Amino acid sequence: MSASFATAALGRSFALDSTSGELELVPAPAAASRHAALAEHLRASPKLARVTAASRLELRPVPELAPTGVAEFDALTGGLPRGCLTEICGPASSGRTSLLLAALSAATRRQEVCALVDAGDSLDPQGAAASGVDWNKLLWVRCASTPRSAAGKTAGDPWEQRMEQVLKTTDLLLQSNGFGLIAIDLSDIPLPSARRIPLTSWFRFRRAVEHTPTILLVVEQQPIAGSCSSLLVNLAASGKLPDLQQAPAGPSHARLLQVLHATAEVQRSRLERKPTQSTRMQFYSRPAWAG
Amino acid sequence: MPFACIFVPDFPVEAIVRAEPELRSQAVVVLSGKAPLEKVCALNERARRMGLEIGMTKTQLEACTGVAMRARSPLQEAAAHAALLDCAQSFSPQVEDTAADTVVLDVAGLEPLFGALPKIARDVARRASELGLETNVAVAPNPDAAALAARGFPGVTVIASGMEAERLGELPVSVLWDGLSPHLSPHEKGEKDEDDAERFLNTFQRWGVRNLRALAALPGIPLSERLGQNGLRLQQLARGSSSRTLKLVQPPLRFEEAIELEYPVVLLEPLAFALNRILEQLCARLSSRALATQELRLRLELETDLCPEDSAAPAPALPRCFTRTLRLPVPMLDAKVFLKLLQLDLKAHPPGAPILKIHLAAEPSRPRAAQAGLFVPAFPEPEKLELTLARISGIVGEGRAGTAGLLDTHRPEAFRIEHFAPQEQPIPPLGEPRGNRGNATAHSSPITALRLFRPPLYAEVTLREGKPVRLLCPKRKDIAGEIVWMAGPWRSSGDWWEQDGWARDEWDIAMNRENSFVLYRLVHDLLSGRWMVEGAYD
Repeated sequence: MSASFATAALGRSFALDSTSGELELVPAPAAASRHAALAEHLRASPKLARVTAASRLELRPVPELAPTGVAEFDALTGGLPRGCLTEICGPASSGRTSLLLAALSAATRRQEVCALVDAGDSLDPQGAAASGVDWNKLLWVRCASTPRSAAGKTAGDPWEQRMEQVLKTTDLLLQSNGFGLIAIDLSDIPLPSARRIPLTSWFRFRRAVEHTPTILLVVEQQPIAGSCSSLLVNLAASGKLPDLQQAPAGPSHARLLQVLHATAEVQRSRLERKPTQSTRMQFYSRPAWAG
Repeated sequence: MPFACIFVPDFPVEAIVRAEPELRSQAVVVLSGKAPLEKVCALNERARRMGLEIGMTKTQLEACTGVAMRARSPLQEAAAHAALLDCAQSFSPQVEDTAADTVVLDVAGLEPLFGALPKIARDVARRASELGLETNVAVAPNPDAAALAARGFPGVTVIASGMEAERLGELPVSVLWDGLSPHLSPHEKGEKDEDDAERFLNTFQRWGVRNLRALAALPGIPLSERLGQNGLRLQQLARGSSSRTLKLVQPPLRFEEAIELEYPVVLLEPLAFALNRILEQLCARLSSRALATQELRLRLELETDLCPEDSAAPAPALPRCFTRTLRLPVPMLDAKVFLKLLQLDLKAHPPGAPILKIHLAAEPSRPRAAQAGLFVPAFPEPEKLELTLARISGIVGEGRAGTAGLLDTHRPEAFRIEHFAPQEQPIPPLGEPRGNRGNATAHSSPITALRLFRPPLYAEVTLREGKPVRLLCPKRKDIAGEIVWMAGPWRSSGDWWEQDGWARDEWDIAMNRENSFVLYRLVHDLLSGRWMVEGAYD
């Protein structure tokens, strides 16, 4: 007994011999008839009735990309994909939070409702407003370690509690629909605690956000979502000290932090058909007082 | 000019059954009076079939099985009466509050809106049923005939013009007792009325007048000579020829429901059942008036004597009433959402004592009208969002989920968490530009963000020539070492005229870490002299 299937991309047909397990090239008309026979066989078998032949599988549509408002980043990645999980990772002072606020700002400017699950409770509301975030459109969830004793000490690992809150809150936000961007800020979570998030949770998140216009963005120190993320961007500080408004020789109170340089590298992207190539770019952020 | 009358038979029973619908299939008696001398003041048809009567004592009732006994509840009767008025008001603004169990409304001119008179009567009965009341509805050319028909005939009755005497003639004379002073409430009907009724009934009994047809056939002048003007008035009622104007009422838009619990409730789950019933009734009433609500006020009356009497410790001063107010960002009308919100709120704020009575009031408001646009971004449903927020608050704690309201001050951390209620952007009229969507794709370099440490990290700082050169954070071992770059200080202060004035110097510093550097904001509190690392630039 043999079964055949057609590959539309190559325009050729193969026949699979089930006894030997070998593929043989067959002419196209024969393949068409065998394809019909296979479809009939699948329909006849109750167990295989719901199986879709590989030749009938639809191509997954390319997700819509939403700009972050950072020209260099958008040029590198095309923007943040909707209906996908995006990871932005990097160490401290690498521009992760600046990029996150820029993305939130762009989304709120598009009149989208956004949510930020702040695991470390480290967001500066004044700074977010200076970045252009419309607070009327941003839900800020401040995770915290719950004090259990009268002395105010927390029971157990405080980061475990926060991670539990992050997972539960994200689940609720994803279920409620209608959010344009849901950001999870895990930058302050120690890496061992962050890696304890089970992979099944990330699969659940990816599944929940799929086929919705929501962007799920995770900011962290190192990649933790594995293959669940559609886009993984690694940020790093440029390695040189920040630009100053005045020469270092001047008095220190006359200096102003002017520009922070950072580099971004796309480590993984499923948005393109071609194999992902590591590309780098440099961008900079400026403080609110720099004008 | 047709009138409709809505009459609730066995009103005290119906008020109880409205709150406990499972009693509708049982024999129910309502008791009034002080224990142990309670007597039956009202009962339903099933109880009558069992041979029970008004005036029986509780001891006599205990001999019967399968009878649900409930104490009379003025609160629930008031709520049922309000629901009755809402039902009438939902059809016509011209409503007379005839009695606690009777409402008469003018249905003239309603045919184009609601259909023919029989359909209106059926719709009224169905609306009352939705509000938890099983009623008799009658439509007649005058208010008194409608009231008599509603009291005498079960279900829906429609009496055509000119047929009043014929239709009402079947009714017993005793039905006139309730129709004697239709504008008076039971409270206003005193003993004098009862005596008069008894006297008239005895007289009619002696005359052999059993029904209204016989009363209507009596000659007028001899009747007047024997019974006076009251006799003539009764005869007019019996003929269905009386005429009067309605005493119109405009009941205030107060939507309150209450339940007196049979036993004190401790757990939230049984409380949720009671709340669900109240909320459904409240939503049905609001719906009948085409209203929604934006504020729910829950008041729970609690049991106070928790401590045993022989306890030496004094009883704790528990509040007698426990009140919670639920403010909603938009007008809503969904009993399930309200119930879930109340459950979550009570879970976060438990009453702390067994609950005896539940009062729930809804502040009415106009329902929201929104039209979604084709090109407007997706927006969370307000009901769903409110539930999500309540659930998130239950996870992270109250006041930790919302939007940040920035305060007009330079004091650090000057913000407060406010309720998150995003407003949907209205669709601009045709021809107008689509808001600021044009700027949505504008590109610029991002603003350097500061990640705050909450609370700020205490730091030990080594100074050289007044500048920090070395830093050590006891709580964060990774923040320690030489300061390789610095800028500052920038001095700021404020509120010096208040108790909680503040003054500080801020430094931006850089420290090496793993072939790179990390930028921190270092703060010197000038009032306490302490150094703190406030956050990291990222």
